[in-house]
Amino acid sequence: MVRGNADRMIDIFIYAVMLILCVVFLFPLLYVISVSLTPYTEVLKHGGYMIFPTKIDFEAYKTLFNDDAIPRSFRISLIITVGGTLISTLLTVLMAYPLSRKKLKLRSFFLLYVVFTMLFNGGLIPTYFVVQNLGLLNSVWAMMIPNALTAFNILLMKSFMEAIPEEIFESARIDGAKENRVLWQIVLPLSVPSLLTIGLFYAVTQWNLFFSAIMYITDTKLYPLQVIVRNIITAASIPNMSIEIVVPTMTLNMAAVVVSSAPIIAVYPFIQKHFMKGMLMGSLKG
Amino acid sequence: MTRKLSSFQCWMREIWQTKSWYFMLLPGLAWFFIFKYIPMYGASIAFKDYNILKGIIDSPWANPWYKHFASFYESPYFTQLLSNTFLISMYKLLFGMIPAILFAVLLYECRNVVLKRWVQTISYMPHFLSWVIIYGICMALLSESSGLFNDWLQSLLDRKIPFLSSTEWFRSVLIASDIWKDLGWGAIIYLAAMSAIDPTLFEAARIDGAGRLRLIWHVTLPSIRNLIILMLLLKLGTIMDAGFEQIYIMYNVKVYDVADIIDTWVFRVGLEQMNYSVATAVGLFKSVIGLVLILIANQCAKRWEGSIW
Repeated sequence: MVRGNADRMIDIFIYAVMLILCVVFLFPLLYVISVSLTPYTEVLKHGGYMIFPTKIDFEAYKTLFNDDAIPRSFRISLIITVGGTLISTLLTVLMAYPLSRKKLKLRSFFLLYVVFTMLFNGGLIPTYFVVQNLGLLNSVWAMMIPNALTAFNILLMKSFMEAIPEEIFESARIDGAKENRVLWQIVLPLSVPSLLTIGLFYAVTQWNLFFSAIMYITDTKLYPLQVIVRNIITAASIPNMSIEIVVPTMTLNMAAVVVSSAPIIAVYPFIQKHFMKGMLMGSLKG
Repeated sequence: MTRKLSSFQCWMREIWQTKSWYFMLLPGLAWFFIFKYIPMYGASIAFKDYNILKGIIDSPWANPWYKHFASFYESPYFTQLLSNTFLISMYKLLFGMIPAILFAVLLYECRNVVLKRWVQTISYMPHFLSWVIIYGICMALLSESSGLFNDWLQSLLDRKIPFLSSTEWFRSVLIASDIWKDLGWGAIIYLAAMSAIDPTLFEAARIDGAGRLRLIWHVTLPSIRNLIILMLLLKLGTIMDAGFEQIYIMYNVKVYDVADIIDTWVFRVGLEQMNYSVATAVGLFKSVIGLVLILIANQCAKRWEGSIW
């Protein structure tokens, strides 16, 4: 039974590594939450931050939400997430469906037109000028429109739609359905898993949006959550909050981090399954 | 002549029959035109002395035409930016792929399905967190004043390490946080490829007396070799992108020497200091090299797939 023993050793090794990895992935998150909940008196008593809080209070969160920067930016982030996801998903579907039809004339031209933008781009400054000339600077639109489409997502959606059997289209056409109806009543219901995947990709991107905001937005009132949280972390203070600092900056920083990640962590268990399915379908095809 | 005409008519009629497809395409095509193709034209300001008041068309051409490229090439930033971009990108490539492949092997070999699923779920999660959040986590663990590791170092060795603000440590933090964020996500594609391995291969190898490690070495890894090389080539094609967002969020003035990449420099010089033409020239330089690299990578991927194995 020598081989049996070696086998068991390997199993044990694998389990050990996996458990260590779990700790590596979860510990930083738990530590951040724990710091954000640790009352200042406890920090002083222990001469630093400890791994788990011995007492819990929500002082840091109260302080954060007393300033209007966090609630306001939270609202902005919600708006650009919902709006941006709807715009992006709609545009993606409208592009992917015709591209998935082999009978589309000029199909390879349209595909090249899309793919070329993955290979080459004009760069940051010229893009900035376009957004500026459209008058989008300092508006929520600048965070939803210029980054609305991703060529990769269009190609992913297109390959999902190509997998729908041709017979379904033919029978629909024989029944007299026009292309619009084929899309809305046949293709879309069949593509719900891929729609969810793409939609969630866009939603996560929008919630985490940072780059477009620092590029196109100078009005601090329009900053989304990520930018505000980054400012809090690096500047180590919130504007108009100099009075009565009862909460140490690290606690406050971590509370801000928790607030900005909470929605993702809260929905993650529910969306994870769809991501997996969608990604696997996509990667196996490609 | 008549036949040609009729085939053209035929073509037109087919387009007419599927006209709604073209209407569907319109918004997307317009979007790509406005936000991707117009900026390509706008990149011409790299060859001009751009003047905000005059706009792109009326600004005078730079004399000589490569003026802004030359000034970048002669500036001390040139080697620094280029080497930072390449180094950070290469490190990320190396330390991004190898751990992901190993992790995929471990997951594939894990016989406890429940544990496997849990580990997968947990390991994908960081991918969905923003760099701001990850920077916050780095602060909590590594900050010099009150980070957890520095607390430990202080009590154990009586010294502190400025992980986030020293040139020796900053890149390691960049790479480590990158690994942490994308280890699980990067493993997905390899795992998918492994799940497609023909089980009879394992069967045959086992009959030949191969142990578990030998199965991994002689069956699992060779089976995904094509994918590994393909991924390597594709990633080499994007070597000019070292990750703007991560670096912009995490860096500070103290580590510019080792952290400043082309993208962050273009952002600072272009949008913050408004040196539009120089920044555009540098951006264009990067885009062109990127394009060449991607084309080479794709060509290699194609040729290699067809010829060697």
